[in-house]
Amino acid sequence: MDPKDMERLVAPVRRTTWRFYAFIAPLIGVVGLGAYAYYVQLTTGLGVTGMGNYVSWGLYISNFVFFIGVSHAGTLISAILRVSGAEWRKPITRMAESITVIAICVGALFPIIDLGHPDRLLNIVFYGRIQSAVLWDFISIATYLTGSLLYLYLPLIPDLAAMREGKVGGRLRRKLYAFLSMHWRDSPGQRRRLKRGIAIMAIIIIPIAVSVHTVVSWIFGMTLRVGWHSTIFGPYFVVGAILSGIATIILAMAVFRKVYHLERWIKPLHFRNLGLMMLALDLILIYFTLSEYLTAAYGSESSDNAWLQALAGGPYMYLFWGMVVGGFLAPVFILALTRVKSVAWLVVAAVCVNVGMWFERLLIVVPAMATPQMPVSWASYSPTWVEWSITAGAIAGFILLYAVFSKLFPLVSIWEVSEETPAAEPARQVVPDEVIQ
Amino acid sequence: MPEEDTEDSGEAKARRMDRRRFLKMAGVGAGAVAILALGSKFLADKIVPAAEDPRLRGSAADSWVMMIDLAKCDGCGACTQACNQAHYVPSGQQWIQVYQVQDDAGGSYYLPRPCFNCRNAPCVKVCPVGATYVDPDGTVLVDQTRCIGCRYCMAACPYNARFFNWTTPSYPAEALAHPYSPEEPWPTTKGVVMKCMFCAHEARKGRLPECSAQCPMGAIYFGNENEDAVTNGLGETLPFRKTLQSQGGFRWKEELGTDPRVYYLPARR
Repeated sequence: MDPKDMERLVAPVRRTTWRFYAFIAPLIGVVGLGAYAYYVQLTTGLGVTGMGNYVSWGLYISNFVFFIGVSHAGTLISAILRVSGAEWRKPITRMAESITVIAICVGALFPIIDLGHPDRLLNIVFYGRIQSAVLWDFISIATYLTGSLLYLYLPLIPDLAAMREGKVGGRLRRKLYAFLSMHWRDSPGQRRRLKRGIAIMAIIIIPIAVSVHTVVSWIFGMTLRVGWHSTIFGPYFVVGAILSGIATIILAMAVFRKVYHLERWIKPLHFRNLGLMMLALDLILIYFTLSEYLTAAYGSESSDNAWLQALAGGPYMYLFWGMVVGGFLAPVFILALTRVKSVAWLVVAAVCVNVGMWFERLLIVVPAMATPQMPVSWASYSPTWVEWSITAGAIAGFILLYAVFSKLFPLVSIWEVSEETPAAEPARQVVPDEVIQ
Repeated sequence: MPEEDTEDSGEAKARRMDRRRFLKMAGVGAGAVAILALGSKFLADKIVPAAEDPRLRGSAADSWVMMIDLAKCDGCGACTQACNQAHYVPSGQQWIQVYQVQDDAGGSYYLPRPCFNCRNAPCVKVCPVGATYVDPDGTVLVDQTRCIGCRYCMAACPYNARFFNWTTPSYPAEALAHPYSPEEPWPTTKGVVMKCMFCAHEARKGRLPECSAQCPMGAIYFGNENEDAVTNGLGETLPFRKTLQSQGGFRWKEELGTDPRVYYLPARR
């Protein structure tokens, strides 16, 4: 690779301007607010939230489902494209893989934030019952985090060595790079083993990722509640997860491309291919949504009916139709009408999808709990400042961690993009030739 | 993209499966399986509650059941009050709650709902730490010293019979001095799940649950299924199975398959 190009990829790591600090300062502030809110909750009890004995799960569990969903970005973009040998993936894999790790870290905090006795968290290890879906989640997410870390780390090694050689950063960071690059000398043997390791991880991580959002859905699906007790919850959740993952990586690509001047690597081709994937996943999600709600509506069992009426015409009306129209249908029209060619419109669609998916997670958790199971009137739930602050803190924390990551490690896999021959990448081609061969 | 093959023929030869290699691998494989089996056995012993769980204090000879005659219940709420007082139930919770139900004939009746102590309890199934468990006498109890407060049991209970200490409950001095046990769960901390424990402590002493003893209408019967007899607070004893059969006994949302230990006699019959 041209050393000038390489320098451009390392530039964000090498130099940090005041603008970066100006950007992260308010983020740190919001994370601080979230931490303070959690402190208030810890000392007073979960009574400071809007939850009650009827709606006993709320924003926290919704956020958990949402963030774990976003974490599916890395697996899809990176692992599936790697396994299928799609060469165009190379400049975007690292961004996707880092989203995965950061989103798991943020998402996995929420069930702990939701605990009444977080100090007894280790009881899950001491007294764990494998019969409980919470244990399935605990095991699955722990495996997923470990696997994703490995899967992020392995392709980082050659770049870490390059940073070590390039003497990037101060003393502390040089030590970090030297330690993490594990004597990488870029010998053919090392390269062969690394590629094999990455290939194995790519295959292993796909079923793990599928299992993660499946067992997250089973937390709900295994109960006897109206609105939760559904057989399609596993695939429904997984598809939604991949969709919000793709939307998130599109947003990350758009932002980082602009801020770090990565136009040379992140090309219209990437936006177009990811846009098409998002369109396809969105259509599948619409199909699942229709399937889920129509079966309940047509049979029209009285409790199903009560739940559906609350969604379509009751207190959750705006969220529900906002999700269906704004989050699911609007992106289809935006992508179709612009023929997935405009990056600006793609970003709009990705924002719609992510907001819609967040609504969807909330609409799965809350209305089912508010639906009366006993002869009582409807329970209501409105989150308090504590829950909103912790939610805002989590979103800010996600962005903050991602920003810091971009200052520690190159966002584009340098060694992988330098392997590619530009001639083999015809623009506007959705499926590269080597896949068809 | 074909990967370049760097292996020479010598390496390929060594890879071939000869007998020695096969035996070696079989040995290693068997060893690995044995280690895995022993390891998981060790783990299983650790995580599955052993038979001699010290929390299981009830007798398997007992099998507590409750029968509530809805025709007798006038919705006065004495049961709730008695329960709340006797068990220092934190405010905002009603371990036995009286609902008003509109029936198809345009009338209404009252439905007292304690914990149903289901034989196939959804709450016990989902608890990740075994904090809620079934005693040999059939009562579903909560160990508030083990509960992590995830509230999955509350999400799983189809009868809203479970409550959460959203803040620290306020207890009078004598409750604070009382030694805690799952059968007599006071005092407790914030962040744990609470519910009716079928007055397991009273039943084992041969006494009626508080709600049953204090019901002025004698609507709540309690007894040992194995003895096939239930008694109310007015001292009336009925044959359990025969009464259910002859009076059209039923259980709330029976179709869910939770197999509750609380039976109802219809409000009109």
